[in-house]
Amino acid sequence: MTAEATKQKAPVEKEPFLNVFLRNLWSSNGVTVTVLSIVLAVVIGAVLIVVSDSAVLAKFGYFTARPGDALEASWTLISSAYSDLLKGALGDPDAFRAWFSGGGTWQDALAPISETLTYAAPLVFTGLSVSLAFRGGLFNIGAQGQAVLGCIAAGVAGFTLGLPIVLNLIVALVAGALGGALWGFLPGLLKARTGAHEVITTIMLNYTAGLFLAWLVIQKGVQQPGRTDAISKVVAESAQLPSFGGVLRVHLGIVLAVLVTAGVAWLLNRSAFGFELRAVGANPHAARTAGISVAKTYALLMAVAGGLAGLGGATQVLGTAYALTPSVAGNIGFDGLLVALLGRNRPWGTLLAALLFGALRAGGNRMQSFTGISLELVTVLQALIVIFIAAPALVKAIFQLRAARVAGLGAVPAKG
Amino acid sequence: MNRAGVAPRRRTYRPPGISDVGEIPLKLELRGITKRFGDLVANDHIDITVEPGEVHALLGENGAGKSTLMNQLYGLLQPDQGEIVVNDEPKVFRSPRDAIAAGIGMVHQHFMLVPVFTVAENIALGAEETRGGPLGWLDRRRARRDVLETSKRFGLPVDPDALVEDLPVGAQQRVEIVKALTRDVDLLILDEPTAVLTPQETEELLAVMRSLTEMGKSIVFITHKLKEVKAIADRITVIRRGQVVGTARPDTSEDELAALMVGRAVSLEVDKRPAEPGRSVLRLAGLVVDDDRGIRAVDGVDLEVRAGEVLGIAGVQGNGQTELVEAVMGLREVRAGRIELDGDDLAGQSTKRILRSGVGYVPEDRSHDGVVKEFTVAENLILDMYDRDPFGNRFRLNLDKIDGNAKERVAQFDIRCQSPETPVGTLSGGNQQKVVIAREMSRPLRLFIASQPTRGVDVGSIEFIHGQIVHERDQGTAVLVVSSELDEVVGLADRIAVMYRGRILAIVSPDTPREEIGLLMAGITGGNEEKK
Amino acid sequence: MSTATVEAPAEVAAPEPFWTRQRRFGVALILLGVLAAVLFGSLAPDKDARFTLTEDAQGAALSINGQFGAVLFGVLTLVAGGLLLAGLLKRWSNALLVAGIVTFVLSFLCWQVAGQFMSLQDTLGGTLDLALPLILGALAGVLGERSGVVNVAIEGQFLMGAFAGALIGTLAGSVWAGLISAAIGGVIIAAILAVLSIRYLVDQTVVGIVLNLFALGITGFLYERLMQPDAQHYNTPPQMPAWRIPGLADIPVLGPVVFDATLLLWIALILVVVIHFALNRTRWGLRTRAVGEHPTAADTVGIRVRGLRYLNVLLGGVVAGLGGAYFTLVATGSFTKNMTAGAGFIALAALIFGRYTPIGAFGAALFFGFAQKLAFYLSAINSPVPNQFLSMLPYLATIIAVAGLVGRVRAPAADGLPYVKS
Repeated sequence: MTAEATKQKAPVEKEPFLNVFLRNLWSSNGVTVTVLSIVLAVVIGAVLIVVSDSAVLAKFGYFTARPGDALEASWTLISSAYSDLLKGALGDPDAFRAWFSGGGTWQDALAPISETLTYAAPLVFTGLSVSLAFRGGLFNIGAQGQAVLGCIAAGVAGFTLGLPIVLNLIVALVAGALGGALWGFLPGLLKARTGAHEVITTIMLNYTAGLFLAWLVIQKGVQQPGRTDAISKVVAESAQLPSFGGVLRVHLGIVLAVLVTAGVAWLLNRSAFGFELRAVGANPHAARTAGISVAKTYALLMAVAGGLAGLGGATQVLGTAYALTPSVAGNIGFDGLLVALLGRNRPWGTLLAALLFGALRAGGNRMQSFTGISLELVTVLQALIVIFIAAPALVKAIFQLRAARVAGLGAVPAKG
Repeated sequence: MNRAGVAPRRRTYRPPGISDVGEIPLKLELRGITKRFGDLVANDHIDITVEPGEVHALLGENGAGKSTLMNQLYGLLQPDQGEIVVNDEPKVFRSPRDAIAAGIGMVHQHFMLVPVFTVAENIALGAEETRGGPLGWLDRRRARRDVLETSKRFGLPVDPDALVEDLPVGAQQRVEIVKALTRDVDLLILDEPTAVLTPQETEELLAVMRSLTEMGKSIVFITHKLKEVKAIADRITVIRRGQVVGTARPDTSEDELAALMVGRAVSLEVDKRPAEPGRSVLRLAGLVVDDDRGIRAVDGVDLEVRAGEVLGIAGVQGNGQTELVEAVMGLREVRAGRIELDGDDLAGQSTKRILRSGVGYVPEDRSHDGVVKEFTVAENLILDMYDRDPFGNRFRLNLDKIDGNAKERVAQFDIRCQSPETPVGTLSGGNQQKVVIAREMSRPLRLFIASQPTRGVDVGSIEFIHGQIVHERDQGTAVLVVSSELDEVVGLADRIAVMYRGRILAIVSPDTPREEIGLLMAGITGGNEEKK
Repeated sequence: MSTATVEAPAEVAAPEPFWTRQRRFGVALILLGVLAAVLFGSLAPDKDARFTLTEDAQGAALSINGQFGAVLFGVLTLVAGGLLLAGLLKRWSNALLVAGIVTFVLSFLCWQVAGQFMSLQDTLGGTLDLALPLILGALAGVLGERSGVVNVAIEGQFLMGAFAGALIGTLAGSVWAGLISAAIGGVIIAAILAVLSIRYLVDQTVVGIVLNLFALGITGFLYERLMQPDAQHYNTPPQMPAWRIPGLADIPVLGPVVFDATLLLWIALILVVVIHFALNRTRWGLRTRAVGEHPTAADTVGIRVRGLRYLNVLLGGVVAGLGGAYFTLVATGSFTKNMTAGAGFIALAALIFGRYTPIGAFGAALFFGFAQKLAFYLSAINSPVPNQFLSMLPYLATIIAVAGLVGRVRAPAADGLPYVKS
């Protein structure tokens, strides 16, 4: 960093503001890197959009003759893709105008935000699961499997118990959490007792859980009667997370997610267990010497982390899917991993990251149906953002290059 | 090692050695070497000349910058300023490869051996003999032969087929030296080579060093032990806080050298009244403990520590002291025997229970076991009391009380930090140690155990820490101090137990002559030498 | 080093504990044997189980009464376990263990196949087919991990390899261009992994996991944008031809499977041997292992730690990319989204279960391939045994292995740790 700083100081007379600005930018690490990472990912995404469009590519074929054509076509494509992304995530200005002028409903205007929150809710839980384990020095790649177990337990409880309203929902949620906790406790226990690396055991348990789910949904008593494909019965209405209905799919899960985030924040910073897990995470030897049982902390921590991921699975089943299918958990566990990394393993950071991911997913849906650009672009964007976040030095190196070039360009008219 | 066998051999070998191309005597000069790490100046314009065939001792306290200097000489670090001159030719060492090519070898303080490799593989590594051209097929037979040859030539017995992880420390060190010598080095850097050796093994090493210099090799000998310096060095350079503070001849007195090394006349004498021992607090009976590899480390120890006395355990590091203390603290399984605290058996109890029953513990490896570097000073000060009144309970923490406690302790124990919210990792070693001591002493104790209480601590803090330990004793606490620095044990203890290979060989008074304690540390009791 | 004692005390270590590894295996085998003899024996129909040498029900066959076979092999398992427990034939304990497991599997097969037939050639062929990408993936892992770089991005390398192989293979109209592109696809992911983990010191597991998602996203995206709308131009790669070695291909069962096969299978088999010897017998191998065990020691003798790690990770990318080629150039004729479906993680499991050695990884890959093939077979004959549980086998076996329930797996000491000069 000092080297960078000295390099920048060289053209001080010419570009004082830029330098001051950049130096401040570098110094306020976290937020800057996050923003720059998102910018980088979006830029790369734009390149992907262009190179995968044959019509636009064709225009690049005669780029030297008429560069305007290719650039204009690219710009149109990119801007429409990304504006659809934004509209799908935050709302379409036209829909808001329609609502205010009485031509449309508030539901239609708010539907995109509802979608964002709907996608974000389970990610908050799985993200918190990974974050919390990280703070205790464990890399919980098993959030996916734990979420699957959460789905199973919540789903089965939801369509078998038939308890009265409210109680049924609570029991189903608790069942989901317990299912996930069990799937987390297992690798935690193995780590504590035998030292088996949790990365390996949780990866293996992810696939075990997936196969178990695939088997379970086609069993008698679970499979939906009259169906031959792999889908379970529907959870009782009393066990579903209440939502607005209609186009507004958003459900109580997001409120729960905020509450749980607050709970995890408290647990980390204010509770004795939080102190233990942070101590174990930072230096297990010193923690042990100070009388903290590292083994017990690992086992308990993985159970809690698993419980959180299980809740994520439960919200998925009780809030949006309502029935078990082999892919009911989607990718929420792995996405939770990215969310935790993006949120820098802090509870509120994780919440924000989950909202960003939810927004990307919701916007991606609209982009796919309006501009015809594959939803998978969102996966690419998410992965890229996290890669850059994880390698701040890389981001700075890239922007260092940019900054130098901008300075060079700026100098030309001054001379002329 | 067979010293008798070395003597004639070196005479036979010297003449061809001189004519040998690889053994042209090497003269080394370091000119104005400067190395910074952030704000810290580790080496500040250091000038040193090592003449051919001499043992040049680099004397300095822990953290004085000796190892940093040598790592630059060996190409592991690059100096910010200054130059390295070999035989009047300036050299730039970008990696150890360059240093080796220039004839410089190094035996590191922490051995650079791959534990799962054989001795021959370790020695061959980086300079492998191969067949089959670009295939690089290893010539294992030749590697073996080379090892045996070098081993024989320099009188350093090593078994080429043994796995390094199965070898005792002394043998591993021989492997390191052979490894350097097979690379035809003319200058050998030995970084704190005696730290892990018994006095007897140390003697043997010094003999090897002597025979090497007679063959025309130069040796840079890094240490902080005055006696060894006086015994072997031809010339002494003293380093303090990254600067050369003086050079000396080996006939300089120990007091003078010590004064140069630490910057002011210091007495390791600890100011204290005679002990008034009371009841027996800690009693070990037939204690047996294994080390990490399942090898017996503590082998039937009986020991007693009384209230109001300091019992010191002296011994070369690695003779079971670590395991003994860890067993008492519940950190290591007790294989057999009893550990009684005022009559209650502690064996099998959790560390937390033991701490809670009035035992304070300062572990030997501070940064590994003593503090959580990422945690604040305040958090570290309650690391083993976070769930106890008034700092919290089983469920929650009381942040106000934790804060208040930190302010008090920082003042009381003179912990130099910006605020109690600073991460402990940013503090100096001495201040980190004060955090540990403050934590362990701020509750009513029956027994206080301190392992290597002043390792890596500046002189000012040493005096303070020693004073605190004596103060704790005077309040009627039973104190157990383990240290590999004999001076520290003699200064602090009211009784000294000498530990050797898992056994207490004797319990002596601190007035016992040093030489006698030294012999005990080497396992020699009353003329009966124990064979290996 | 600090834990080492000065001299090993004369009387080393207490008497060997009663529950040695052999005894624990013994008990496990006895339990399995009882299960096989009693449960499989009673469930097996009293009909012949035919194991045909050829691909169909006709021709030469090994035949045994299902019930009898299930009981017989179950009892043999029990005997093997008993011998292990009693501590007899100690020199043969590994062979006994293998015999116990094999007889257990045979007992299971007798029960399942009774009244039906199972083609040995087809079973072996399927096993090798399914194991092929696993072998290559696990070898890629060996290359990286033995030099200290954890590679959980095998799945991503597979996907990129499969995709690049299909795309370039179609565009160039050449299967060999596809094969080379597949290797390059693997290298691309490997290069990102290497740069981020070696140069930028990002946690290797984190990078690996994110790269898997990245590969999933980018191949899925390009698949939907390019291949789906115009499969003709972008997604009809030519297939690798099977080459027949006259003579050898006529060996029963083995011949048609191994000597009438694609080049990729031979590459995989040769690589197992080559990497095994290279790792243990060459300068490169010695240095690679040193860098994976104790990079600082390697550095102090002048070995370029980071350079060697780059090299090995990139070589791993080539190998894993070839593994990816299997999916589009051998197994199916086109790329589909997420077509590797977790095979990369089974390869990872094979790597660990095989104790980070090429031969071990090869054996584990074969075992896992067999388990999968058996799962397919069982669902084809409508067996009551759910195939999902057989598919779980690789994962469960790996968990058991890393938990040390049957002998601990020891990873290279510096695996996963970035090398920073002090």
